[in-house]
Amino acid sequence: MSAPLLMVRDLVKHYRSEGLFARKAPPVRAVDGVSFEVGRGETLALVGESGCGKSSVGRTIIRLQEPTSGEAIFDGEPVFQLAREPLRALRRRMQIIFQDPYSSLNPRMTVGDAVAEGIEIHRLAGSKAERNERVASLLEEVGLDASYARRYPHEFSGGQRQRIGIARALAVEPSFIVCDEPVSALDVSVQAQVLNLLRDLQERRGLSYLFIAHDLAVVRQIAQRVAVMYLGHIVETGPTEALLSDPRHPYTQALLSAVPEPDPSAQRERIVLTGDLPSPSNPPPGCRFHTRCFHPLRSERCRTEVPVLRPVHQTEAACHYAETPASPLAR
Amino acid sequence: MTTLLEVKNLRISFPGDAGTRVYPVDGVSFVLERGRTLALVGESGSGKSLTALGMLQLVPAPGRIEPGSVVRLGETDILALKGESLRRIRGRRIAMIFQDPMTSLNPVFTVESQITEVVHAHFDVSRGEARDRAAALLEEVGIPDPLARLKAYPHQLSGGMRQRVMIAIALAGQPEVLIADEPTTALDVTVQAQILEVLDGLRESHGMAVLLITHDLGIVAGRADRVAVMYAGQIVESAPTASLFARPSHPYTQGLFGSVPRLTGALGRLSPIPGNVPPPDAWPSGCRFRTRCPIVHPRSEQAPPLLPVGPDHLIRCWLAEGPE
Repeated sequence: MSAPLLMVRDLVKHYRSEGLFARKAPPVRAVDGVSFEVGRGETLALVGESGCGKSSVGRTIIRLQEPTSGEAIFDGEPVFQLAREPLRALRRRMQIIFQDPYSSLNPRMTVGDAVAEGIEIHRLAGSKAERNERVASLLEEVGLDASYARRYPHEFSGGQRQRIGIARALAVEPSFIVCDEPVSALDVSVQAQVLNLLRDLQERRGLSYLFIAHDLAVVRQIAQRVAVMYLGHIVETGPTEALLSDPRHPYTQALLSAVPEPDPSAQRERIVLTGDLPSPSNPPPGCRFHTRCFHPLRSERCRTEVPVLRPVHQTEAACHYAETPASPLAR
Repeated sequence: MTTLLEVKNLRISFPGDAGTRVYPVDGVSFVLERGRTLALVGESGSGKSLTALGMLQLVPAPGRIEPGSVVRLGETDILALKGESLRRIRGRRIAMIFQDPMTSLNPVFTVESQITEVVHAHFDVSRGEARDRAAALLEEVGIPDPLARLKAYPHQLSGGMRQRVMIAIALAGQPEVLIADEPTTALDVTVQAQILEVLDGLRESHGMAVLLITHDLGIVAGRADRVAVMYAGQIVESAPTASLFARPSHPYTQGLFGSVPRLTGALGRLSPIPGNVPPPDAWPSGCRFRTRCPIVHPRSEQAPPLLPVGPDHLIRCWLAEGPE
């Protein structure tokens, strides 16, 4: 077995508010000690609801944001220690695509120039003709017409813009792409097109993805493994099918039961979580989920002792009582 | 079953290029029944939200509702009303909630003043009574500690709480019909589940008719009694929910089902609909789906009407007449 492409250990990202009264405010603990690995050619999905810290993880591991602490090793290189030049070289191999490709595309740049930007920065083409040839073949690879290179982003639909964003990321021939909610803003028929495209590209180019999403049904289409985040922690992780069929953390169970399935005969028991997500600047002590937990065995221990990820059945779960299934009827 | 509201041949037009007009809503008809939920399903640009706006004469300029369109609430044709009589319907007999509660709530007023404003607009009650009603409404939509929350401003509430406040405001006029336009699209799934439970409970307890506008077939499966699927300004399939899910019959509906990723069952590659929804000025003549349809039908250049394929199950497709 070869070493994983990316190893992340104890990643912490806290945000301090700025301004006159900032020193008094506690930091937002967006990511609070997260560890995971992504294998070569593999997709790991990072799943959770707004504010769980999943996007912060994606942004810090490629150093779009600086981490507070922790370690990330990408193909042997310590990402967080790299100086400017080696980091630039590394960025050729780690790319990101965003939920809203429109806000990440310069409206005054033609599609061709946007796709070619990375090629130029990293001097990957010897001549203008070679550059244009590469742009054309990238556009075709993501299912767009090569003639679109001369047009502007506003002329395209959401799905086409996401394809442009993908072509732009592929231009520098990365081995790893952070996909930050890449299909969340798309209509369902277009979402399916883009998911299929991402799968094909992975197969063809041997790419690894960190796929950040909130939709578990989408995740099932693309990821071999899943990590579920809640308030800055990974609460459960495991192979996709195992985690979906035999979830061990009550939060994973609630998340799964909340996904509306397009099948009236398969309406499952719904676990409706009570209350709101606690503030990440003041997370609950002990298990962070204990304020909303419905597990029949939940106890004083949950309020004081932080549960760590440990193997239970087919997944790893951070719950003191993961062996006993939480009754779906308990609210 | 009691019909509360009937939409008949609703057509909404906007000016197109060179003096032409385009019809993003083009002949939409359906009925809403007391205590029932009708889901209007479609992708962006299908005309589903504009249909809802048209029902309350809220079509933004320069759009207009075409003559011949009818929206009948009991004996009243809403599209014929103006001024005060229209205002007495909006919010009082028909209420509407939108996707993004933050843009529909006023950031500088408290929750209390935004709910009591509606109460005072429609009912002759004292300030104290209005406040009591506001608190009772918050309680009904599942907001804990309603008296304290009345004093809150919108920015102090979470997304889910804001949407609950919007529902409370919508309920303040005790409407017979509730139009919910993508009410949970901006919310996380666990919060979505909470809000849908609230809406379901209210429909039952108040006997409201609900028009649920959504792009999400999963939401429809659990909540609606009947489904109308829209494509390019028209209803292309209409059926009781169970029948639609058991036998989606229009090629567009089938395409939608092929695109939806599932949590359970066999894991296969998704089979999306090719291409994109064309804009209204590029809709093909005849069958509007024919440019993306996997089936080539000899009559596709003629516009198909809604044709029956089963009990109460209609599709706008020539295939209903049997295979060619």
